Amino acid sequence: MKQSKSLFSLLSNNEVRGYVFQAVALFAIVFMAYVAIDNLFINIEARSIHTGFSFLKNRAGFDISEFLIDYTPEHSNLRVFYVGLLNTIVVAIVGIFFATIIGLLIGIARLSNNYLISKLAGGYIELFRNIPVLLQILFWYNISLIIFPHPRKSFEFFDAIFINKRGFYLPKPIAEDGFLWVVVALVVAIVSVIAMKRYFKKKHEKTGTYTSTFLYSTLLVIGLPAFVYFIIGSPLHLDYPALKGFNFKGGMVFSPEFTALAFALSVYTATYIAEAIRSGIEAVDKGQKEAAAAIGLTPVQSLKLVVMPQALRVAIPPTINQYLNLTKNSSLATAIGYPELMSAFGGTVLNQVGQAVEILGMTMLVYLAISLAISLVLNIVNKKMSIKGR
Amino acid sequence: MAIYELNAPKKVPITQIGAIRWLRHNLFSSWINAALTISAIYMLYIVIPPLLDWMIISANFKFGTVDLFGYSIEFSEAMATNNDCGRSAACWPYIYEKIYMFTYGFYPREESWRPDAVFWLTLGAFIVIKLIKKYKHKNIVFLAITIMYPIVSFILISGGSFGLVHVETHQWGGLMLTLVIASVGILVSFPIGILLALGRQSNLKVINFLSTIFIEFIRAVPLITILFMASFVLPLFFTESMDFDKLLRALIGIALFQAAYFAEVVRGGLQAIPKGQYEAADAIGLNYIKKNVLIILPQALKISIPNLVGSSISLFKDTTLVLIIGLMDMLAMVNMTSNDPYWLGRETEGFVFVTMVMWVLLYSMSRYSRKLEYRFNTEHTN
Repeated sequence: MKQSKSLFSLLSNNEVRGYVFQAVALFAIVFMAYVAIDNLFINIEARSIHTGFSFLKNRAGFDISEFLIDYTPEHSNLRVFYVGLLNTIVVAIVGIFFATIIGLLIGIARLSNNYLISKLAGGYIELFRNIPVLLQILFWYNISLIIFPHPRKSFEFFDAIFINKRGFYLPKPIAEDGFLWVVVALVVAIVSVIAMKRYFKKKHEKTGTYTSTFLYSTLLVIGLPAFVYFIIGSPLHLDYPALKGFNFKGGMVFSPEFTALAFALSVYTATYIAEAIRSGIEAVDKGQKEAAAAIGLTPVQSLKLVVMPQALRVAIPPTINQYLNLTKNSSLATAIGYPELMSAFGGTVLNQVGQAVEILGMTMLVYLAISLAISLVLNIVNKKMSIKGR
Repeated sequence: MAIYELNAPKKVPITQIGAIRWLRHNLFSSWINAALTISAIYMLYIVIPPLLDWMIISANFKFGTVDLFGYSIEFSEAMATNNDCGRSAACWPYIYEKIYMFTYGFYPREESWRPDAVFWLTLGAFIVIKLIKKYKHKNIVFLAITIMYPIVSFILISGGSFGLVHVETHQWGGLMLTLVIASVGILVSFPIGILLALGRQSNLKVINFLSTIFIEFIRAVPLITILFMASFVLPLFFTESMDFDKLLRALIGIALFQAAYFAEVVRGGLQAIPKGQYEAADAIGLNYIKKNVLIILPQALKISIPNLVGSSISLFKDTTLVLIIGLMDMLAMVNMTSNDPYWLGRETEGFVFVTMVMWVLLYSMSRYSRKLEYRFNTEHTN
């Protein structure tokens, strides 16, 4: 009797109750996980699915239409994983590049005092943000297959760019021996521009005289590599695509799948980036611009030194989040068969091997790693941009 | 002192009034603006007329007519071929013919009144909730509706009892399926999301850790991987006797996915509640459950309503993904119907139609959420 009473009073102690509750929850979850995993092994055995990662070494045996690293059906499933991962990264980078440019333009256009431009930008945002991105991907893919002509009747531009049902054909730049020197020149130019900017900034801080470095830096970055390029004797030639038989040979080709995916992702994500940019610029207090004008800054200086730093602080974090969303959305390529990670590895290999746990686990871990990396970048950016000294 | 007569007031220059002034200020205020305006007009000129032409002017709204002995007789589906509809512009009869598929999928035609009934029931429930705002026992009515509505809807759509024919889930499709997935997803994930949010805010280390891991993991991976997990791996976790159909698996995946997002929204609301509220609740001796149910959550949920609606809109967009795991939602119906031998090659019309329907739904939802945001934002001055 006495013992039960003390046990009861123990339970009404908040701290003890917390521990009991946590222990019960932990036990329940461990128990559920145990049952689930036990069932998993029973089921796997019953369906005679293999376990373990040995399937990665097996021959893949299927073709992939697009690859950056060498791939044939004789390669292993692990190779498929790498091919898919690289394709994901490529489509993410291309998508992010175009989404940023379109988003920046639309976001600025939205705030333009030109009525028509601002309304058009608003219409663009409302139109593309309210259509599910998968629908957009399928739409552009199917439309491009319907309206683009057969290879023999390709749309041509300057005998160099061809568009047809098989994809976009562009001339491919091929570097020759001396091209490395041009790259070196570019690096040297960039380093010296940075050094120059530092020097003039220090001078500005010391003496107060401001020197514009814009002209010199442009000349240096464009001029030096161009100079080296011509001195060595144009170590770069273009490989033009040409019609051979039923199809084009040579050049660079972007498949309809890739183009539709990258296009839809950029157009969709751009609406969110545009809104981020707009809200960033709108977040800057009007008084800031007036104060900048009052101390005699030119409009360009006011934009560069006062408005932009504050606007970017608001705009960049959501933009980086959108980059992450774009990367995650690239997995929708499964619907049109562009061989990125989810489609090639999580789809085709899964169908052939059937080891869903391992394959989907690996795929999810990759996306997890990508988003951890992006949130790390976000944290660094946030720390760098946070208001200092307050 | 000379007296000067007042000059008659000058007329306002014609360039400073009315339409011309508006044009000068808004479209041609500088050379750059003028150039932008003209290029924008040119862009519209390139895009809009061909689009209108394809969709309306040259499009076929009827199957077409045939001239028989001086009488023009209208084609019916049986008489006309797909090609009579024309290839250079839209053929809308395809949509009329397939509208049932786009709306209900393979749901038996004679039973289609049941989803309709659920639709009207939903509308009715919203109207009742609006009407009883002043009624004394409104909470009881509200609770009754919340409990009864899902049960009645499920019995109506799925059937199998009360003399209704059982309709299997693989027959569900079209817009109806999209709405079912979205509403079930939202209703199921909402309570889970609240629990996860409370867990993440909790002082109990284990609970906090588990909730955080779950939320962060789900938010880091794309929905499609979770749907694949739900359709390939989830059945393996249960004994053979438990049979999951495809729709249920997708629903579990979507509910878990959405719960993580709702949890983050609710957590935002919880963090905005001043610490004093917690302390006051502790001071009057409320326990954890009472504190949260009576004091904290009502306030936290109220401030997170706009974001909850926003997150629900994202979920509605994401429901289209179920077509990848083989459910026949509205988007999947485009390929399904244009594979019909009679209507081969009408994907474009199908995609345009689905895009229009989706856009109208999502646009009105986003307008509604913006209205809510405005209403709940007490900071605006005007």
